[in-house]
Amino acid sequence: MTHNNISKERLLYVKKQKTSKVLVALLRFGILILIVGLWEILARLGVIDAFLMSMPSKILITIKDLFLTGDLISHVLTTLYETLLGFLIATVLGTVIALLLWWSEFLRKVLEPYIVVLNSLPKIALGPIIIVWFGAGTKSIIFMAIIITIIVTIITMQNGFLATEKSKILLMKSLGASKMQTLVKLVIPASIPTFVSCLKINVGMAWIGSIMGEYLVSKQGIGYLIVYGGQVFRLDLVMASTVILCALAGIMYALVVMLEKYITKKR
Amino acid sequence: MEEILKLDNVSLTYQSENGETQAVKNLSFTVNKGQFIAIIGPSGCGKTTVLSLIDGLIKPTVGKIFFKGSEHVLTTKHIGYMLQRDELFAWRTIENNVFLPLEIKKINNAKNREYAKNLIEKYGLSEFKKAYPNQLSGGMRQRAALIRTLVFNPEILLLDEPFSALDYQTRLNVCDDVYSIISLEKKTAVLVTHDIGEAISMADEVLVLSKRPATVIAHHVLDLDKSKLPLKRREDKNFAKWFDILWKELNYDA
Ligand SMILES: Nc1ncnc2c1ncn2[C@@H]1O[C@H](COP(=O)(O)OP(=O)(O)O)[C@@H](O)[C@H]1O
Ligand SMILES: [Mg+2]
Repeated sequence: MTHNNISKERLLYVKKQKTSKVLVALLRFGILILIVGLWEILARLGVIDAFLMSMPSKILITIKDLFLTGDLISHVLTTLYETLLGFLIATVLGTVIALLLWWSEFLRKVLEPYIVVLNSLPKIALGPIIIVWFGAGTKSIIFMAIIITIIVTIITMQNGFLATEKSKILLMKSLGASKMQTLVKLVIPASIPTFVSCLKINVGMAWIGSIMGEYLVSKQGIGYLIVYGGQVFRLDLVMASTVILCALAGIMYALVVMLEKYITKKR
Repeated sequence: MEEILKLDNVSLTYQSENGETQAVKNLSFTVNKGQFIAIIGPSGCGKTTVLSLIDGLIKPTVGKIFFKGSEHVLTTKHIGYMLQRDELFAWRTIENNVFLPLEIKKINNAKNREYAKNLIEKYGLSEFKKAYPNQLSGGMRQRAALIRTLVFNPEILLLDEPFSALDYQTRLNVCDDVYSIISLEKKTAVLVTHDIGEAISMADEVLVLSKRPATVIAHHVLDLDKSKLPLKRREDKNFAKWFDILWKELNYDA
């Protein structure tokens, strides 16, 4: 199709698509404004209790104060450090374990019940054990992030590796490929999309792990701020921390989506 | 004529948790250099199994397979196996897909890559060499798969229902396409199919297999004009005769 030759129907269609996109964006933003606005107004009018519910302006002020004292940065950095480290270690280690499980059917069969049990176990139950083993500090938090993320990684990646088309494996065999060659030339590249969606899941998992860890042991971090705020009944602080957490998780997810776009474009 | 492949009383029984399945029984036949043999048989009779046996992917339970007179050990070097679907890797360009066997066989040198590039050019894929498989039509993809099979210069080609994933129109064209490439490259070919027309229009000889366990029930030397391409051969005066004979043999057995 040439440019000066676009049909009326096409123009109409493109226009419709565009309008709908704009509408979605407007509504998304509108809903946020509406909620925040209503919240602020109702709190000011005293319809809802600003002490229990906090209010947007107070949350903003709290964030600003936290930022000015320099506390915000150190709390954010602490939690980011735990989350990213947990995310990286769990992703790498989990993928390696999944590779080993792909490699050896025997190992896979032997370990299957352990993985199933570990997967269904609520990891928070391991909290006390983790604290005894790793101490009431950063190590325990990172370990919590790892244990929560790694099981999902192992299961997702193992399924991804095993889902490699049988007929393509046959092709490799007929070419005389070794198992290592099949892994490197076929199984790994074929599993890249699974890996990317696993990364997306892991972002969420690592945040759950680090915040849960901070609930258990920490003296610093966003999770600590939330717990602390709750204990001293400073709902402004709780809300402010939650907003910051949302922003951080959103940014990290967006980064993974960008990576995904980059990878799928290259393929 | 020089004998290149020989199956001597080959049987194969699959073992699985649910019991055993005999797929091939007392199968014997020979293939001479440059011949185009078609093997036909009903679905599930053991045709793919026969090709896997020849390719050395599975070992016969009983019997022996000879390559140029000696029991084969080196087969993956001499045999190119073209599967039912093209199995091109979506993440590789056409050119890199064609290079795959060279990489795997660790013969990815300048000379072989040159040979590969020549094949790509000779068979009209040069404008697609940097394209990805999903940018090609089914017929083009199949041609790329054939070139990938030819790239390490195997002496025998095994073709496992290579057109069955294509729609009818494309199939007849790709059939001509694949046939002319194989005869230009002077390859020995063993084609497996359940399509009688395909077998008659492409092959010099046809083996008819029984339903499972597969064994040879007839061996025909065809008398069609071999200078013609498969599509033209379908108009040959003897085509209908052979179709009738093979049809009856397949259905008598069923
Ligand atoms: N790996 C296997 N294990 C057990 N049975 C198999 C295996 N592969 C094929 N079979 C069985 O052997 C028979 C022949 O299969 P196949 O050679 O694929 O037939 P065809 O290619 O003629 O359709 C079928 O009944 C099939 O179920
Ligand atoms: Mg088959």
